[in-house]
Amino acid sequence: MAHTIALAGNPNSGKTSIFNELTGSTQYVGNWPGVTVEKKEGYVKGDKRHIIVDLPGIYSLSPYTLEEVVTRDFLIDGKPDLIINVVDATNLERNLYLTTQLIETGIPVLVALNMFDVIKKNGDLIDTKKLSGLLGCPIVETSAVTRVGLKELVKTAITMVEQAKSGGKPATFSAPVEKTVTSIMHLIEGKVPPETLRWFAIKLYERDEKVMQRLTLSEELHHQVASLVESSETAMDDSAESIITNERYEYLTNLTAKCHKRARQAGSLSTSDRIDRIVTNRFFALPIFFLIMWGIYYIAIQTVGDYFIGGIEWLFGDLIGENLAIGLERIGTSAWLVGLVVDGIIAGVGSVLTFVPQMMILFFFLALMEDVGYMARVAFIMDRIFRKFGLSGKSFIPMLIGTGCTVPAIMASRTIENQRDRRMTVMLTPFIPCGAKLPVFALLVGAFFPHSAWIASSMYLLGIIAVIVSGVILKQTKAFSGDPAPFVMELPAYHIPRLKGVVIHMWDRGKQFIKKAGTIIAVASAVIWMLQSTSWSFQMVETQESILASLGRFIAPLFAPLGFGTWEVAVATITGLLAKETIVATFGIVLGLGNVAEGDPNLLSSIGAYFSPVSAYAFMVFTLFAAPCAAAIGATRREMQSARWTWAAIVFQTGVAYVAALVVFQIGSLLFM
Amino acid sequence: MTLGDVRPGDTVLVKKVGGGGPVMRRIMDMGITKGCTITVRKVAPLGDPIEVTVRGYELSLRKADATNVTVEEA
Repeated sequence: MAHTIALAGNPNSGKTSIFNELTGSTQYVGNWPGVTVEKKEGYVKGDKRHIIVDLPGIYSLSPYTLEEVVTRDFLIDGKPDLIINVVDATNLERNLYLTTQLIETGIPVLVALNMFDVIKKNGDLIDTKKLSGLLGCPIVETSAVTRVGLKELVKTAITMVEQAKSGGKPATFSAPVEKTVTSIMHLIEGKVPPETLRWFAIKLYERDEKVMQRLTLSEELHHQVASLVESSETAMDDSAESIITNERYEYLTNLTAKCHKRARQAGSLSTSDRIDRIVTNRFFALPIFFLIMWGIYYIAIQTVGDYFIGGIEWLFGDLIGENLAIGLERIGTSAWLVGLVVDGIIAGVGSVLTFVPQMMILFFFLALMEDVGYMARVAFIMDRIFRKFGLSGKSFIPMLIGTGCTVPAIMASRTIENQRDRRMTVMLTPFIPCGAKLPVFALLVGAFFPHSAWIASSMYLLGIIAVIVSGVILKQTKAFSGDPAPFVMELPAYHIPRLKGVVIHMWDRGKQFIKKAGTIIAVASAVIWMLQSTSWSFQMVETQESILASLGRFIAPLFAPLGFGTWEVAVATITGLLAKETIVATFGIVLGLGNVAEGDPNLLSSIGAYFSPVSAYAFMVFTLFAAPCAAAIGATRREMQSARWTWAAIVFQTGVAYVAALVVFQIGSLLFM
Repeated sequence: MTLGDVRPGDTVLVKKVGGGGPVMRRIMDMGITKGCTITVRKVAPLGDPIEVTVRGYELSLRKADATNVTVEEA
């Protein structure tokens, strides 16, 4: 049987880099059963007997955040053979705080003292041997960046697993606390596995509700534990949870004093501090932030992105599409099948893939900002604004990613600890115009407002306003009311980005979008093509008599008050639910122009018959806010972990879209007609 | 005096972390515990949150949460 090695550590400890280095390309991503937290697993490079499970980055094993609870449950129930604890050597005390808790689980711990190169560079001294002796666990000095120590780490880990080493030395507390913990240990002896005895005793001392529920102690035992904890609290004049946390840090302060020496005087400035002085400066912080964002978008969308788009259009349209059509016809494929494959699937998928280069460039820069450490500063700068409407500064990062693609944006909301904030972020992020909505705007602006630059930009402004207004309104509802969640966030020291890490990060997000093109959009394009070319009796017909047209006619009256009550436009709104990118393609198909792009002159002139400038704007507003594409709804479902919440999000978004478009059309008609 | 009242540049000693529940636990888990020293580094451009140095690293927290931390002059 394969051995399991768990990888645990603080966020920003370099855990993910180490995981990538140890597993190579053999990793796969799964979800923890029943919860939204991602689980990465992989075999040790070239060794199928050892599986490494990458646990979420956490600071503690408290019962309050999802990530921490998942990690606890995995360690206690999953019983891995070894924990590799990645510790950021430059931030020893706080990182070892988690280590003390990991050791208590009774599982053997191997410490990877990471970023050791930085310690050497700074001239700090860590006596690794001494530290190892005090913790009772082996320590390997590593650097994920320079790949130093990684081979030794694997070797030590495998030796430890094979020799079935026992656990490390748990943190010792002051005499009175230690006495109470020992008494609790005696009380529950035999009720839990012996190696986890201390862990459970400490959790009971902390009045950890999750552990209390799990143990189901007898009424009498419960009372005995409670009175022990109460008298300890009275004696220490503090709450039990606070006592344990204090004791842990007290233990660590003494421990690190014995083996860690800082070269830098407290209070002197490091390079990171100097950078921070400028980028989070009172006056420069916001201008610098906007300048950086403008630069990223300029590069991603205006320059490099545009260059690639032409190439991909050529690849799918001229090269693959036309040649495949010729090839299929030559081997005697029936006309409808050629149509389905070439005009349906390939055109549909191709139109989506044109965004990939832009999106990859955008994601590359966002990953770069994260890796350098700037994203945390962005959350720091923006928190004040976002808190005003019930979100936290951390909600800003998903929204930035949302300008590229909503799917990875919704997934990025995972870093928000508070469930309420996370739900609201997932609900509101789709209001930010994603890359796929841009061609729709481009088409209508091109047809109705050819000389106005602000119409397209106004969509971003409207998106932001909708997020703010919705936030303020939702905060008044029962589901989102209550005290704001704490915003306690580490501001990691800036460091030189690792290209490999940035690229992996970029690819993780971009992959979502490509996967969507390959699955949902391929199927959707095929279905739409079928619906628009067959009648209810499954005969090949012109579009006007197709199933799609009759569906469109059925729902069209619903859109009449918004100014676009024709079946052609109604059909486009339906296909927009599958993917916004297909709206332009749908117009092309239902207007009988075949596969066209948003700049096509025929499309621009024929679409004039279906909209007035006011209703065109109303349609843009509707597209902006309506429930996002099928892939984003799927992501919403995954992150919300609840069908009810997912439906609430869809209904809310579409409701906002309907009302906003209604207001735009009705007021706009009064003003301009 | 609470951590929320400390001026940027000043260093203080933590006397007590109150508030209870997840907020208190989070603040303490991050290393703000009784007896440790904290230096307030700066206030965000829009007036909140604040940035502090604790146990050799930088942490940001909101003023509202910082008021749960009772401090005295170091």
